[in-house]
Amino acid sequence: MSDVIVCRCRDVTLEMVEKAIDEGYKTVEELKRKLRLGMGPCQGRTCMRLLAGILRRKAGLKPEAIKQHKIRPPVRPVPVGILEAEAYEGED
Amino acid sequence: MRERTEVLIIGGGVNGCALAYYLAERGVDVTLVEKEYIACGSSGRNAGGIRQQWSTRENVRLAMGSVKIFERLDEELGCETDYRQGGYLILAHTEEEVKQFKRNVSMQRSEGLEVEYLEQDEINDIVPELNVEGIGAIGATWCPTDGHADPIKVTIGYAEAAVKKGAQIYKYTEVLGFRVEDNEIVEVKTSRGSIRADYIVNAAGAYSKEIAKLLGVQLPNKPYRHEILITEPVKPFFTPMIISFHDNFYFRQTPEGQIIGGWGNPKEEPGYNYESSLTFAKNMARLLTRYMPKLRHINILRQWAGLYDVTPDARPILGPVETVRNFIQMNGFSGHGFMVAPMTATLMAQLIMGEKTSLPIKNLSLERFKGKVTKEVSVVG
Repeated sequence: MSDVIVCRCRDVTLEMVEKAIDEGYKTVEELKRKLRLGMGPCQGRTCMRLLAGILRRKAGLKPEAIKQHKIRPPVRPVPVGILEAEAYEGED
Repeated sequence: MRERTEVLIIGGGVNGCALAYYLAERGVDVTLVEKEYIACGSSGRNAGGIRQQWSTRENVRLAMGSVKIFERLDEELGCETDYRQGGYLILAHTEEEVKQFKRNVSMQRSEGLEVEYLEQDEINDIVPELNVEGIGAIGATWCPTDGHADPIKVTIGYAEAAVKKGAQIYKYTEVLGFRVEDNEIVEVKTSRGSIRADYIVNAAGAYSKEIAKLLGVQLPNKPYRHEILITEPVKPFFTPMIISFHDNFYFRQTPEGQIIGGWGNPKEEPGYNYESSLTFAKNMARLLTRYMPKLRHINILRQWAGLYDVTPDARPILGPVETVRNFIQMNGFSGHGFMVAPMTATLMAQLIMGEKTSLPIKNLSLERFKGKVTKEVSVVG
């Protein structure tokens, strides 16, 4: 399973995820830090759903016991220039 | 949970994990407890800068010692930490800063650090894309052996290496209280049961103050939110960390090409606040485009916040306290805990093993706050 990609932004494979789970990284937030999956341009929109499935199967966790990763702003990537224009228009 | 251990470390951040590693490596029976998971706090939230350019001699020595360790850390821990010596470019905007920076450089050079003062027209030799005049920089200091690493990889690297050497790590284990007899902790109560230990190390970062409170020990530390953001990757075009105390701002490019940086809001109030603010994002956008106009076109991917564990003089608290004999402090890093962790942990391991520390740390004890303190001024607050 070394060529099955889970996080396509960061090239994290299923094999890497399963190995990390075996090493004791059994929560989404820990796996995110250990493997950096979910930290690319899509911010976990693809891989986090897959990761929940892998955790359920591999670590034997119930879906309701799998805490989703913290969503960080901005919701979509925003160019620096857009926020900069905002900054000069606004008070801040 | 095991019943006893020689050293119990509270906190799975980079300092606690590094200490666990150095103690285990030397054959000490060491246990680490962490309320959540490894690197969940400030060690997993900072920008990974490693600088030796400080205004106080103690900090310069701690940082220089750490750099020596970082240079061979991948090999020692058997992992990849993304350590690079890309240098630190520190910008001066006022005559007062120029004076202070020249004093710093002369002190740092007397410690053997490779560092120089740059005139305004020399700054672009280091980073051609920097808008020197537009940001009002009139000089800078430059140290090419400063650099950066991935703080999460370093912290996890220390933790995994510590376990390999025999340390025991309990994640999701919270310290609830202590049993003290004759001014000594005899037992630590945790959410997973009680454990006895000869020494208890308080390496709980911004929560160290709360741990100490359980023992009636008053730490002067205050938690301050510090926000940070990262962009999408673009082709790497500069290697140094660029930093301005005047604008309370720093940024660098990771080896993968992402721009990561932070701005300290001078109006920030102390508190356990992890919220991300739009004020921060806007100010970062304004600063990034002023410093490097072409960054205007790059996408911001993510912003987050962590806590600085700030002491009144912006220097850490290390060593025992008078009132509880076996309660050892390793906190108060004031936003610089990551970069000094390898050396700090080495010193703390020496202290716990009853050896002479290779750098003096007496003047970093809690008791120093009874007298007059020398503040570290080279900080982004």
